[in-house]
Amino acid sequence: MKNFLKIKDLSISVEDKCIIKNLNLNINKGEVHALMGPNGCGKSTLSNVLAGKEGYNITNGKISFSGENLLKFSPDERANKGIFLAFQYPVEIPGVTNINFIKTALESNRQYNGLDPIKPGDFLKLIKEKSKLLGISDENLKRQLNVGFSGGEKKRNEALQLMMLEPSLAILDETDSGLDVDAFKIVADAVNSTRSKKNSMLIITHYQRLLERIQPDIVHVFINGSIIESGGPELAEEIDKNGYERFNNA
Amino acid sequence: MSDNQEKLTDKDFKDPYEYGFETEIDSDFAPKGLNEEIVKFISNKKNEPKWLLEWRLAAYKKWLTMKEPNWSSVRYPAIDYQDSYYYAAPKKTEKIESLDDVDPKLLETYNKLGIPLKEQEWLAGVAVDAVFDSVSVGTTFKEKLKEDGVIFCSFSEAVVEYPDLIRKYLGTVIPRTDNYFAALNSAVFSDGSFVYIPPGVKCPMELSTYFRINAAGTGQFERTLVIADKDSYVSYLEGCTAPMRDEHQLHAAVVELVALEGAEIKYSTVQNWYPGDENGKGGVYNFVTKRGDCRGNNSKISWTQVETGSAITWKYPSCVLKGDNSSGEFYSIAVSNNYQQVDSGTKMIHLGKNTSSRIISKGISTGNSSNTYRGLVSIHPKSKNSRNFTQCDSLLLTDSCSANTIPYIQSKNINSIVEHEATSSKISDDQLFYCRQRGLNEEEAVSLIVNGFCKDVLQKLPMEFAVEAQRLLSVSLEGSVG
Repeated sequence: MKNFLKIKDLSISVEDKCIIKNLNLNINKGEVHALMGPNGCGKSTLSNVLAGKEGYNITNGKISFSGENLLKFSPDERANKGIFLAFQYPVEIPGVTNINFIKTALESNRQYNGLDPIKPGDFLKLIKEKSKLLGISDENLKRQLNVGFSGGEKKRNEALQLMMLEPSLAILDETDSGLDVDAFKIVADAVNSTRSKKNSMLIITHYQRLLERIQPDIVHVFINGSIIESGGPELAEEIDKNGYERFNNA
Repeated sequence: MSDNQEKLTDKDFKDPYEYGFETEIDSDFAPKGLNEEIVKFISNKKNEPKWLLEWRLAAYKKWLTMKEPNWSSVRYPAIDYQDSYYYAAPKKTEKIESLDDVDPKLLETYNKLGIPLKEQEWLAGVAVDAVFDSVSVGTTFKEKLKEDGVIFCSFSEAVVEYPDLIRKYLGTVIPRTDNYFAALNSAVFSDGSFVYIPPGVKCPMELSTYFRINAAGTGQFERTLVIADKDSYVSYLEGCTAPMRDEHQLHAAVVELVALEGAEIKYSTVQNWYPGDENGKGGVYNFVTKRGDCRGNNSKISWTQVETGSAITWKYPSCVLKGDNSSGEFYSIAVSNNYQQVDSGTKMIHLGKNTSSRIISKGISTGNSSNTYRGLVSIHPKSKNSRNFTQCDSLLLTDSCSANTIPYIQSKNINSIVEHEATSSKISDDQLFYCRQRGLNEEEAVSLIVNGFCKDVLQKLPMEFAVEAQRLLSVSLEGSVG
């Protein structure tokens, strides 16, 4: 599908401060886009707005997702329609186990989309298979969601949820931060394995290293709330080498 | 346990109070009001022995001289004790032998509540002593329990069948003049449950009683007495729902537990009395006195409660740790919504040596409600090497609700250790957004987070109660955010 996600002339402000200015971005089905930019350029604002978080004032523009006006849907409707946000800072929910959280989320998704509940045996098999890929132990599945987890473990949990929920649009917000070298490879490769013609990804990062393992189709340079330049993977390499200076001066 | 949340369905979020229906059954009323004649009327109705009538009358006379307590945080208009009925029984033509003789309408009520007695007999393995208004209408599993010598029957039946046990233990944990409401109950109690577990017997099933207020304007004065003889064990479950109505209903129950040497009693409650509507109109006034006596060495009493109902809750299930090495536990979840007022907690009185107590209290407040934990831990001079651990957590869902933690701690010897931890928190927007981003709607998200918050206590409930309790939590918090 062309223009699976279509952002047109989008402007967003928070408390009267303009964060995103006239943003245009089209992602077709099956494509992986990378959004690169320095800290404080509005990357997280964009991912929050796509996921429907409150507190942002959309002053102009439209977002359509799968042909529908995305902005009219609640966060949970958006999630159930296939938008998944891998959080930069996953929250802790005491008393709720990792595995129960994922099951609850999966059931909500399935129910919304008119599917029967997954059989407990099938669920268990699936989650064990996916967590093995990510190096998450059974013990960690039973732990309370993100409570006392290290930054790296939290990111693995996000990747696990992504793999279990199989979204049609995955937004990865700084998923590489907080991961050591080995964990980084594991998580990146696991996420990369979910790539297919049926789903798309928007990878938000300021380093190129994640893009070496999840190679994007298109790279956008995102500075001060606007896309300044778009290109192929070579653009990411250039940023890795020379930083954002050239774009800042542009 | 961990898989229970997904059992919530849309059905759970529909009605403000899904058990708000009223069965039409002619009640056999005592005249309105309270005086000596009424006390005599009740005693007479139940064919009680003279000593019990005198016991009631003594309680009544003392009650007349007592003052309604006003030290708690709950506020309500003055109760007119003369404007209430003190006895109502479902009409019956003959003595009920089996469930087949029970009014079909009554059975229908139970079915609406999801308490199919007959099914429960063989499905759940739970013996149910169903209290409808004030008279027990059916007792199951009696025969099976009898084989082990376990007595589980209505209180009035016990008065007739086991007068010695009643006379020996009644009022020995909670004296008939203990407090205003206990005295009132002692004067006019109509029925309740009685349990006796003989020495060395582990009760083969969870014992369960469902309470239900049904006659308009009738006060409910239940009386429960559980005795666990030496080295015995019993787990007792109590759950309540009440139909919707406008006027306030007074409920003043008394529950006494006695654990002799080496005995253990586990007492679990799910309380869902009608809490009043979203404007604070109507609802049950719940003034309950519950106390357990760890009378023998090495005995143990454990209270677990999930409280979501009542306009007013005034309730402090307590343990008196008399025996050496005895232990008491209190696990509580108290939810308050709309204009509900909760003032609840526990008392742990350490008298014996090497006694221990543990208190885990989870308060959840939303709407305009107020939720107070009030707890006493008292370690007496002779109670050497005793320990207490207390944890009180409050979760607030709105800006207009309140939560208070009021601990009273008295430790009168230097060998004992008392610990108290307290937290209060709000459900954060980030937590809600995170859950919603994964596809849970707002109410499912709140329910998940609240259930997580209560997990330590929910785990203490027997399995079948845990599921019901989680359902109740969700229903009670409906529409509480946003």
